[in-house]
Amino acid sequence: MAEEKWDLVIKPKDRLLSVDFAELWRYRDLCSLLVKRNIITQYKQTILGPTWYVVQPALTVIMYMIVFGGIAGIPTDGVPRPLFYLAGTCLWQYFSDCITKTSNTFVDNSGIFGKVYFPRLVMPIANVISNLLRFGIQFGFFLLIYLIYFFADPTCAAHFNWYALLFPVLLVMIAGLALGFGTIISSLTTKYRDLQILFTFLVSLWMYATPIVYPLSQTKGMQFLGLPVHKLMCLNPVTPVLETFKYGFLGAGEFVGWRWLLYSFVFMWLLLALGIVIFNKVQRNFMDTV
Amino acid sequence: MPTAIEFNHVSKQYRLGLVSTKTLSHDLNRWWQTAVLRKEDPYLKIGSVNDRSAAADSEYVWALRDIDFKVEQGDVVGIIGKNGAGKSTLLKLLSRVTGPTTGSICARGRIGSLLEVGTGFHPEMTGRENIYMNGAILGMTKNDISRKLDEIIDFSGCERYIDTPVKRYSSGMTVRLGFAVAAFLEPEILVVDEVLAVGDAEFQKKAIGKMQDVSKGEGRTVLFVSHNMGSVRNLCRHGVLLENGMVKYSGDIIPTIEEYQKSIVAYGFSDRHDTKSEKVSLLRFEILDAHDNPIEVVLSGMDFRVLVEVRNNTDSDIDDIDEFTVSIESLFGEGLIVVNNVQLGKHVTLKKGVNRIEFPIRKFSLTSGQYRVGLYISNTIGKLCATEVAKIISVDATSYYGEGKIHFNTRFLVDYDMIVSNG
Repeated sequence: MAEEKWDLVIKPKDRLLSVDFAELWRYRDLCSLLVKRNIITQYKQTILGPTWYVVQPALTVIMYMIVFGGIAGIPTDGVPRPLFYLAGTCLWQYFSDCITKTSNTFVDNSGIFGKVYFPRLVMPIANVISNLLRFGIQFGFFLLIYLIYFFADPTCAAHFNWYALLFPVLLVMIAGLALGFGTIISSLTTKYRDLQILFTFLVSLWMYATPIVYPLSQTKGMQFLGLPVHKLMCLNPVTPVLETFKYGFLGAGEFVGWRWLLYSFVFMWLLLALGIVIFNKVQRNFMDTV
Repeated sequence: MPTAIEFNHVSKQYRLGLVSTKTLSHDLNRWWQTAVLRKEDPYLKIGSVNDRSAAADSEYVWALRDIDFKVEQGDVVGIIGKNGAGKSTLLKLLSRVTGPTTGSICARGRIGSLLEVGTGFHPEMTGRENIYMNGAILGMTKNDISRKLDEIIDFSGCERYIDTPVKRYSSGMTVRLGFAVAAFLEPEILVVDEVLAVGDAEFQKKAIGKMQDVSKGEGRTVLFVSHNMGSVRNLCRHGVLLENGMVKYSGDIIPTIEEYQKSIVAYGFSDRHDTKSEKVSLLRFEILDAHDNPIEVVLSGMDFRVLVEVRNNTDSDIDDIDEFTVSIESLFGEGLIVVNNVQLGKHVTLKKGVNRIEFPIRKFSLTSGQYRVGLYISNTIGKLCATEVAKIISVDATSYYGEGKIHFNTRFLVDYDMIVSNG
């Protein structure tokens, strides 16, 4: 019988780029339900509930103020320290949460994945979306502190500028980068968990390679093996996004330039494409190895 | 009828043992051979037959080997076999949980798989929320579920608890809710794995009824895996018997079940009996019909004989046999029928060598189901030979009172009459 008459053909190997986006779209309801589930169940049976979303960054910022601001004495581009650290922490927290969650996709969901088929990509996408709630609350907390500063001290160095309007694009870029890295990590770690330990460690180090506890302007003129550190820093695709965010909302430092932002943007799409292709390849047989 | 599913020489290989540095070296070798040298995967050539009990002679095992059969549209096919024969692997391939190593499976229509009831249920969410969650995981849209929500809740019989978190449910209720969602899934091909083994009798009946509706009334294709020969027999038209990852038999359901039960008991004997060390050892245990043919499926109301062959391994005759009993128990070990020499007041002597004892049984009274038949022999000193399960029999009561009148809730049948006198 001719093969094209079948609705479904299950074969050992598909072509590399056979990602079925139409199928993914058909499962959009599942995605929205998963988002709802993640949100509902995260803080069930806790007393403080979503307050934890605010407590975590607040404590982190206090810690940074003591260690990096107080002890190490690293400047913050003239911006009040709490605002400077909070802006970086909010965005980084979202990024690292998404990476961690996404990279555990196969291990965390092996129970469901082992019993029923649906496009596996729905899971990480739902994670990235449901983490937005947490980010939203933390971002609101940031805006609140910002307004307090704004009204309490009109001479304060922090001020908005037009670059703040890039915010939605920046958020998409952060989400895309996290999804891209996360899917690649998750695909690599299903069989050899060593990599998972390595990646968890690398992500925590990565934070220090990103201007969060120090301003990018601080690296100007520094050299590393004869290369300008400033440029090396910008090769980290998260740096231009984070710097633009801080520049737009706080006026901290100076704009990294459209070139670097475009670099991050292109990097994100390539990474995402690579991540999805690898993920798609791994999802077929991961149950045998997870 | 057109073909709904076609398995084309499907095989699935698994690696045994742990993930270790050896796995890494194999993976690297495989990558080197296939990607760089463009050769065939070297590990596909090796691999032993999937036999759970035999010692492994290779790290690779074929969970399924060259599976090749077709399923017609609207057919209900039971897949049976011992533990580890490859049944679940087959369903996993079909539901796309994992991919085949070689070969391909072609299907017409959507496949809905029920390898587990209530997949994706979250204990913290309410019954209603979980219906949506589970439905969406199984491929329904929110609209589909909303449209059928009332029916689903009604079918599950959990109305009262529908807005309570599922963690407060009893396990039976969780299963009911899960099955209810799946029952309203409307795929052209339904794949079901032993989910009916849970839930109380009432619910099992309901679930089987629903599956029958699905296949008969709505003309959908069902693949059903179960160890419960009763429900397989009730539900399926055709059967596929898997053994060690290969199709051993396929055809109509009754011969398939019979083939399966032959293999169970054959396995059981060689496995359990050390024929020399006991004073009395069991050589043969059969259920024979009127024509002396060994049978596995007994019809209620029929006459048959239980044949026991034992060997007296001692040097003398055993004259003081106290009890020679054949018992029929439910699969859970509940005693139902006992026949022995004591009841009949018979004296039994086991002569040196082989002895043959028969119990002719008339008008067998148990209803449909599976039962185990055991043997117990003792003398005045103690036990001589005992085995709880010498044989497993399936009883079919469908034609006792007339074709098709199946009685789920009774245990025994009697030959009776009914006299109505008016005025």
